[in-house]
Order: sequence, then structure tokens, then C-alpha cells
Amino acid sequence: MVDSEPVFIAGAYEHPTREAPDKSTMQLHAEVARGALADAGLAKDDVDGYFTAGMPWYERGLTPLIMADYLGLDVSHAGTTDWGGSSYVGHVGHAADAIREGRCDVALITLAGRPRSGKNAGGDEFHTYQDAFEVTYGATTLSKYAVAAQRHMHEYGTTREQLAEIRVAASHHAQYNEHALFRDPVTVEDVVESRPVADPLHLLDCCVVTDGGGALLVVSEDVRAELERDCVEVLGYGEAIGHREGGRIDLTHTAARESGPRAFEDAGIGPDDVDYASIYDSFTITVLQTLEDLGFCEKGEGGSFVEGGTLQAPDGDLPFNTDGGGLCSNHPGNRGGMTKVIEAVRQLRGEANDEVQVDADVAIAHGTGGSLGTRHGSITAVLGREDR
Amino acid sequence: MIDAWEPRPVPTVTPETEPFWSAAADGRFLVRECPDCGLVYHYPSALCPDCFADAEWREATGAATVYSFAIHRHLEFWPDDDLPAVFAYVELEEGPRVITNVVGCPAEDVEVGMAVDARFVPTATDDVAVPVFVPADD
Repeated sequence: MVDSEPVFIAGAYEHPTREAPDKSTMQLHAEVARGALADAGLAKDDVDGYFTAGMPWYERGLTPLIMADYLGLDVSHAGTTDWGGSSYVGHVGHAADAIREGRCDVALITLAGRPRSGKNAGGDEFHTYQDAFEVTYGATTLSKYAVAAQRHMHEYGTTREQLAEIRVAASHHAQYNEHALFRDPVTVEDVVESRPVADPLHLLDCCVVTDGGGALLVVSEDVRAELERDCVEVLGYGEAIGHREGGRIDLTHTAARESGPRAFEDAGIGPDDVDYASIYDSFTITVLQTLEDLGFCEKGEGGSFVEGGTLQAPDGDLPFNTDGGGLCSNHPGNRGGMTKVIEAVRQLRGEANDEVQVDADVAIAHGTGGSLGTRHGSITAVLGREDR
Repeated sequence: MIDAWEPRPVPTVTPETEPFWSAAADGRFLVRECPDCGLVYHYPSALCPDCFADAEWREATGAATVYSFAIHRHLEFWPDDDLPAVFAYVELEEGPRVITNVVGCPAEDVEVGMAVDARFVPTATDDVAVPVFVPADD
């Protein structure tokens, strides 16, 4: 995106709820859309593009139609690319592309889900080709990330205490977020001694399960010129899929080693230029491997990299997930890419919580969808302050 | 006879994967081998994932080493008396890393790199069995 028309994030809104038993998921979509429009100073009629990721409890394939109908949208472009939790990072890039192609000027992106109330799924049993070879053996999201952690520990000597440092940093940030599900700071010992859920992962290595959602508005340069709100420039993005490779899976790497360089090249910068990083934190191991693969440290050195408060704002070398992240604050609909982008936008606008605000010109938001143990999507977006 | 959950639920069998499951019922672990590029792979998709050639079946020895594993302490769809359960990737002698269970020893005894051998757990259907792995005889 170097030398191409600048595109901006003009609105960002995270639903404050973490449990919404009395609302419909569609209502949450509408509420976050309204929130993002108010944040940007745009009207509903300004929206001419729409992005969301698939909602498996609806009729497959009709998502954009169902959403446009419910939200009352009149759009010239829609996208429903679904890469699991990483989708919404990708939607920022896809929206920027669509705007540059002239297909729309104001792209709305929404996420909502209610797994905490247990009303997210509903009857749409779905089996993939792979299930017979995986679920048969007890494959779950947990165990599929746990094998990645186990292998990384085996090859590189990474310790559970080092993984715990990631949760400790997230909890340190969450104490300042009034909406975070878990606000109490935890220690390395707390994490290590929490109950095992799928060894080597323990309870506090895992993200929260929350209802809620979020929305973003991506706009063209012309629209941005009409707005008074501080905006954030979309500098670049990159996507990659990691999978089993027919049985040659490498559990110590993520596809961030491809999405990261693609995004950095797109933006014309490198990892050293990043002041703040939103890193998908479904599990502590997700963060550790992603940091290595994005080039913030050498492969295998993630464990020592995260020691000593590296990730803690405001003084750490690489402040991450200053909202408390998925580990402590929010993982709406079991999909966290949206909140990764939102906190990066807050940091670049100077609107993070005071205690964790970083002096940031450049931020990244990285999403990891699916599972490291079988197949996953990695999407990296690079965002910048307008006056950087 | 292995000290593990049986009969296992019958996995979804398709025309594409039926030879794999029925071979397991005969005590054999089949992998796919590409006649063009030589890739030996799993799961048994009909076309080679590297070059799209029609693949052939090949019998693996069943010898493998543990590549990685996780221990389930609780699992909704698993019988309590078969927990803890070891969810594992083992690397077959022929190359592919395969998702399976390591059974026949306490979960705490499983280690990355340990040698294991294939065994076959019956399901409710005679012509389908589920391959698992046990510690290799010394």
C-alpha cells in the first residue's frame, strides 16, 4: 500500500458487555454498528460497504444478505471472508482494497457473538472432512493448541513460567480496563498453579469466553477529509494460511512468518518500527509463537523475550494487548481479531487507558484464527498515526 | 486387547476414506503415496496435496515416534473412566505426522520422542477400527 491512496479507520467501537443473555446476536451487531458510526461522526446512510465473518448458526452462504436485511444496509460492496478469529483483521485490509478500487467509500465491519450465554450455536451440525481423523481422537481447540505448546517447549526449552509471563502482562493491563472480564493482576505462580485443562496448557493460559462484539469503519481519503475525528491510517496488511501440509506440520511455527513480512512490505516498514502490538491471544502459546514469527525475536527465543516485562505497558520494549486482551478482557464470539484492531486504534489515537497509553506512531494488529495444531489463518495489519 | 475406550464411536467414513478404516479393521495402517512426486501423506485424500496426481495406497509399518502430545483431564464427549486421555501427533516411520491417541501407559509416562506402535481399537461396526498407538516393546 506504499504510494497508494491512503485509507483510514475512522470509527472503532467495542461493545462494553461481556455477557448478554437477554439480547440477540443480531441486536449486538446493530449496537456495535451504531457505536462505530457515532465514534466516527458518520451517519448510517453513509455506509456503502459491509464486512463480517460467517455465522455458522445461520444458513450458510447467505450471511451478507441476512445481515444487510437486518441492519437495513444499502451497500455496493460486501465481503464475508471467514478465517475464524483472524477474519476482522483481514476485513480491514479487504475494506481498504475495496475503497481503493472505488467500490465503496465507507465500509462497516461488525462482529457479534454470544458463546458465554451459550446461545451462539443452534442446530447447524457441521462436519468437515478432517473431523474423522481429529475429533475421533479428542481434538479440541484446547488440545490442538496444547500440542503446539508441548512441541515448542520440547524443541526450544520454553517453560510454563515463560508462557505465564504473557498472562501476567495482560492481567497487568486489564486492571485498568473497567470492562475487562478479569481485572485482578495475576503472578507467574498463579498461572503455573492454575488447574491443567490440556497439559501443558493450564486454565490461565487460555482466553476468556465472552458475549459481545465490536465494529470498525474504514473510509476513503475524501470521506476522511470531512471528518473531525482523529483517524488511523491503514498502512498495510498480509494474510497466510498454515496447515498440516499432508502430514509435515511444524507445530513450532505459525503462518505469521508469512503474513508478517507481507504486511510489513506492504507498509514499507519493519518490526523495529512497531511501537505497540495487538497480538492474538487465544492462548499464551499463540502470542509466544507469533512474536517470534513476526520477527520481534529469533525463533525459539520467545520465552526469554517475554521475560522481564517486555510486553507490559507503558515501559516494556513491546507493549501488547493493553486492553487486557483476549486472555483477560474480551474474546467476543470466540473471535478476537476485532478487539485486536480496536485496541491498536485506541493506542494510535491516544485513547487507551491512561496507565497503559504508549507513545505510538505505528501499531500492528495480528489475528490468528483456527488452531495451530491443524490449520490456522494468520492476518497482520499495520496501522499508523496520521501525523507520525 | 488394549486398556482403552472401546468400542469407539464410528467415525464418518466416505468412499474416499473407506479403505483406510477397513484396513484398520484388519490391523493395517494405510498411508497414501504419490506415484508422481513420491510424497507419502495422511489424511488419505485421493489426490496428492502436493501435485494433484491420483495417489496410491501403501501399508505403513505402524512404527512411529511421538512428535507432540497433550493430556485431556476433562473432555465432554469422552468416557470419564478413559481419562486422562493423551491426544498426540506421532510421526510415522514413513514420514507423515498423524493425529492419534497414545494408550497403554499412564499419561504421565508419555514423552516427545518415545517410540510407539500402531494398534487398532474396534468400533461398533466390524469393518471400521480406529488406529491408536502404544509404547513400543523395548
